[in-house]
Amino acid sequence: MGDHHHGPAKGLGRWLFTTNHKDIGTMYLWFSFAMFILGGTFAMIIRAELFQPGLQLVEPAFFNQMTTLHGLVMVFGAIMPSFVGLANWLIPMMIGAPDMALPRMNNWSFWILPPTFLLLASTLFMEGGAPAAGWTFYAPLSTTYAGPSVTYFIFCIHVLGLSSIMGSINIIATVMNMRAPGMTYMKMPLFVWTWLITAFLLVAVMPVLAGCVTMMLMDVHFGTSFFSAAGGGDPVLFQHVFWFFGHPEVYIIILPAFGVVSQIIPAFSRKPLFGYDSMVYATASIAFLSFIVWAHHMYTVGMPVAGELFFMYATMLIAVPTGVKVFNWVTTMWRGSLSFETPMLFSIGFLVLFTIGGFTGLMLSIAPSDFQYHDTYFVVAHFHYVMVAGAVFSMSAAIYFWLPKWCGRMYNETMGKTHFWISFVGFNLAFFPQHFVGLAGMPRRIPDYALQFTDFNMMSSIGAFIYGLSQILFLYNVIATIVAGKPVSDPKVWDGAEGLEWTLPTPAPYHTFETPPKIDPAHAHS
Amino acid sequence: MIRFSDNPTTDTAAKLVAVAVLMFAFVFVVMVPLYNVLCDALGINGKTSGEAYTSVQAGVDESRLVSVQFVATNNEGMPWEFGPSTTVMKVHPGAVNETVFLARNPLPKAMIAQAIPSISPARAVAYFHKTECFCFNQQPLDGGAAAELPLQYIVDLDLPADIHTITLSYTIFDVTDTISGSVATR
Amino acid sequence: MYYNMETREMCFKAKRLFKLALGPVLMLTSALALAYGPKVNQVNMAPGPTDVGERIYDLHMIIFWICTVIGLGVFGVMFYSIIYHRKSKGAVPAHFQESTKVEIAWTVVPFLILIGMAVPATSTLLEVYNNDEAELDILVTGYQWKWKYEYLTENGENVSFFSNLRTPQSEINNTQPKGEHYLLEVDEPLVIPANTKVRFLITANDVIHSWWVPELAVKRDAIPGFINEAWTKVPTEGIYRGQCAELCGKDHGFMPIVVNVVSSEEYGQWLGDKQREAAAIKELMAQTFTLDQLMERGEEVYARACLACHGANGEGGVGKAIAGSPVSTGDVGPHLEIGINGVPGTAMQAFGGQLNDVDMAAVITYQRNAFGNNMGDMVQPIDVYNHKKG
Repeated sequence: MGDHHHGPAKGLGRWLFTTNHKDIGTMYLWFSFAMFILGGTFAMIIRAELFQPGLQLVEPAFFNQMTTLHGLVMVFGAIMPSFVGLANWLIPMMIGAPDMALPRMNNWSFWILPPTFLLLASTLFMEGGAPAAGWTFYAPLSTTYAGPSVTYFIFCIHVLGLSSIMGSINIIATVMNMRAPGMTYMKMPLFVWTWLITAFLLVAVMPVLAGCVTMMLMDVHFGTSFFSAAGGGDPVLFQHVFWFFGHPEVYIIILPAFGVVSQIIPAFSRKPLFGYDSMVYATASIAFLSFIVWAHHMYTVGMPVAGELFFMYATMLIAVPTGVKVFNWVTTMWRGSLSFETPMLFSIGFLVLFTIGGFTGLMLSIAPSDFQYHDTYFVVAHFHYVMVAGAVFSMSAAIYFWLPKWCGRMYNETMGKTHFWISFVGFNLAFFPQHFVGLAGMPRRIPDYALQFTDFNMMSSIGAFIYGLSQILFLYNVIATIVAGKPVSDPKVWDGAEGLEWTLPTPAPYHTFETPPKIDPAHAHS
Repeated sequence: MIRFSDNPTTDTAAKLVAVAVLMFAFVFVVMVPLYNVLCDALGINGKTSGEAYTSVQAGVDESRLVSVQFVATNNEGMPWEFGPSTTVMKVHPGAVNETVFLARNPLPKAMIAQAIPSISPARAVAYFHKTECFCFNQQPLDGGAAAELPLQYIVDLDLPADIHTITLSYTIFDVTDTISGSVATR
Repeated sequence: MYYNMETREMCFKAKRLFKLALGPVLMLTSALALAYGPKVNQVNMAPGPTDVGERIYDLHMIIFWICTVIGLGVFGVMFYSIIYHRKSKGAVPAHFQESTKVEIAWTVVPFLILIGMAVPATSTLLEVYNNDEAELDILVTGYQWKWKYEYLTENGENVSFFSNLRTPQSEINNTQPKGEHYLLEVDEPLVIPANTKVRFLITANDVIHSWWVPELAVKRDAIPGFINEAWTKVPTEGIYRGQCAELCGKDHGFMPIVVNVVSSEEYGQWLGDKQREAAAIKELMAQTFTLDQLMERGEEVYARACLACHGANGEGGVGKAIAGSPVSTGDVGPHLEIGINGVPGTAMQAFGGQLNDVDMAAVITYQRNAFGNNMGDMVQPIDVYNHKKG
């Protein structure tokens, strides 16, 4: 299909003005990878400084700028846009739509990102340096005590929020209005479901972040006192507003990853996903619970004991739907016919490491123990198990899984598996010891540490370098595949893959499903 | 169901934009005021009311003595000498008590200060009533001048029995240069 | 002060003996019976000597073991599949894709386990919040980047002092070997009596800090403008070490906490000493010092109060340069003014309340004569006193 239609325009104009979901998806993916490298570079600087005690490479003030930018770039530049890119490529192909519902807005939501990150990175060269109050930028460190770059930072956050909201509106509008006839909600692939719920979360909480930074802006420039006690405000209010955004944000990052592995594990188990309905309900419950647990990030601010108890119980509840998901994935593998190509390896890596991250999350939810864990490396280890082994591993799995479909060429399997094993070993070497130093009492966000923590920090740094270098192998493998990979033409690519996107020719044509596909009513979700 | 457009896509998009706008407004219209209400109700951060207490207590509980402890902190860049005249007072619930804080501006220029009260334990907030307090208003002092800042308070008769000590802390801020550093912004 | 130096010295000697007698490995385990603080390559939370710390540790271990058992079960099933249900072994996929019974079971059972976890968690939390009458109240104030402790005494003057990082810049910059308590040592520790319920009232002067001593299981945010409470009752004498836990700017990693828990008698003596020390300072204030005396004292004061921002050689950093600056080489009056009252709206704090008049006189004198400023003039404590009084 689509052969009567003209192909992509030539030259730079194709990319600047494109409204094609595949082009925009590609741009999102490359952009997020560039940001992943940038944020990774910041991480390497952090780990190099922490390789041994004492100050060797950077000044403490610069170190704080590195931790701040690392967090911001990875969250807003690497992980979120990468999943938006994936959504762009896959959602229309998965629900049998010709394109996204709002193609022009799709183009804008991407193209406002690169200049914004350029501006954010340029704050490094401004007087007073880049923002240095951490990616959570608590007031008053980020307001009264911030350098002049805070204004640019606030502007960047506004634009990033705008981009995310536009992207989410597009995804929701697409899923709600563009499904092929017969593609009912409960037949949608789980990736589409998780993204639909994620998009609703984004529309609900990105404006809250915008409100939060707007209050900062007003405090800094217009003499209000939202976050300053002197004028009747309260710095703790900042934390409540921030985490009201921030906790759903965590699920915004991880839910699409759940969707990805829910596609891949069944494919390589050659068995349908176990408990599809409960997966959908579990995703929705996690999203709902994410709105009532925010203050578990703030157990030490001195809340009334009733507040602590409420947020502790609510947070513990999240373990139930999350557990359901893990059990479903494991049961999907149970009595399947398993093979271990790179996407499956990364998905199993995700499953194991995300579960560990989930357990430490449960430990962190227990308020009295959290008094000891809070703001230590235990927390750093926890959220890297969830963010890196969760989101980034699943993203790697997704690229290996769908890349052959996108470009009609097969990646080098040996290199892919090597990438997985180096990543897996590097990641665990980097982050597992951080549990130990955290429990032993090492606070996070410090450029220098007591001698007792030396060995584990060295291990951690070496692991981080290994993990970082393995991404170069990944980049090489992807480019080599696109340029000169072994051609594949089987529409299915993987024998166990199910779903509408695998009914299309390989490589996927520039325009797909211009006439809606027929959905077999007996055929359940993919 | 409200429809913004006959085109279903435009309709969905318009509704979502409306949700986003409402959520932005939610921060200012709901979250901030709600937080302040909850602070007053639950004594979060030990924040106390910015207005004078006008009710009358049913009597004085002579059988019970509660320690009221005073603490003062200068915020960064606030050069005033500032502190309580008495560090601890033993008082009966229901009785009206008075004390003063002492302040002196050592700089040669006139300055304006704002004291922010905070009570610990937070549970005691609802039972500590200030009938008169220098923290209700900004306090100006000429260069080199000193002042006695009055405080008048009542400990509620219903103060839970397990609270024996109430700590009242004041942090003093320099608000000379702020445009509208008024407590009324709350 | 005097007492602490002696204990520290004794600890050192004892440790050296251990080291010689038992070898380095044993030293790590046994010497730490004397001094608390993180152990080398410690992998788990330390229960610490307090009741609350022990309860939190027990709770932590209960949750940890529950998670471990569940994890082993889940991973066991998964690896069984990975090993036995491989395509390469000829496994044929089954076709089941849901089971209401199983799905209800693995929703309900975790829920019940969570209730089991919530019970000890709740009682431990209530224990942490137990605010029985404390016998000693200490106001803890976080500053960028040091702690101030103020003992709230019912009679007599409050005792208050600042507690700064004691690790010299040369160790941080790797020009000298690092000491045993690198970054976990202060010039003046908090001293509290053993077996006494101590209440900490925690606040901050500038940004949010967090006062954390892992082995006492106390972590509470210090929020500017508001006070928080925390309690401890330590049964065992010893030195406990912690750090600021909330990012508070440039030197967040360099504001340690040291708590010296001593017997009630020693505490009483220490408090008396501190009060006498304060009186002695008052006396010193009336004295006149020589330039050498002022320079010697000034160098020490500079190292703990000024160096972080103005640099080891007065070259500046966060703060302006002192070497050759118009303030340090101009009139004494404005120089004193900045030292005592700070520069509002900048990072230059008012040190008038942080340094006593003797130290202030010494450090101003030092700044005017060190780093090639060579002004040759002196500031005496009485000058500082007069300046403060206007």
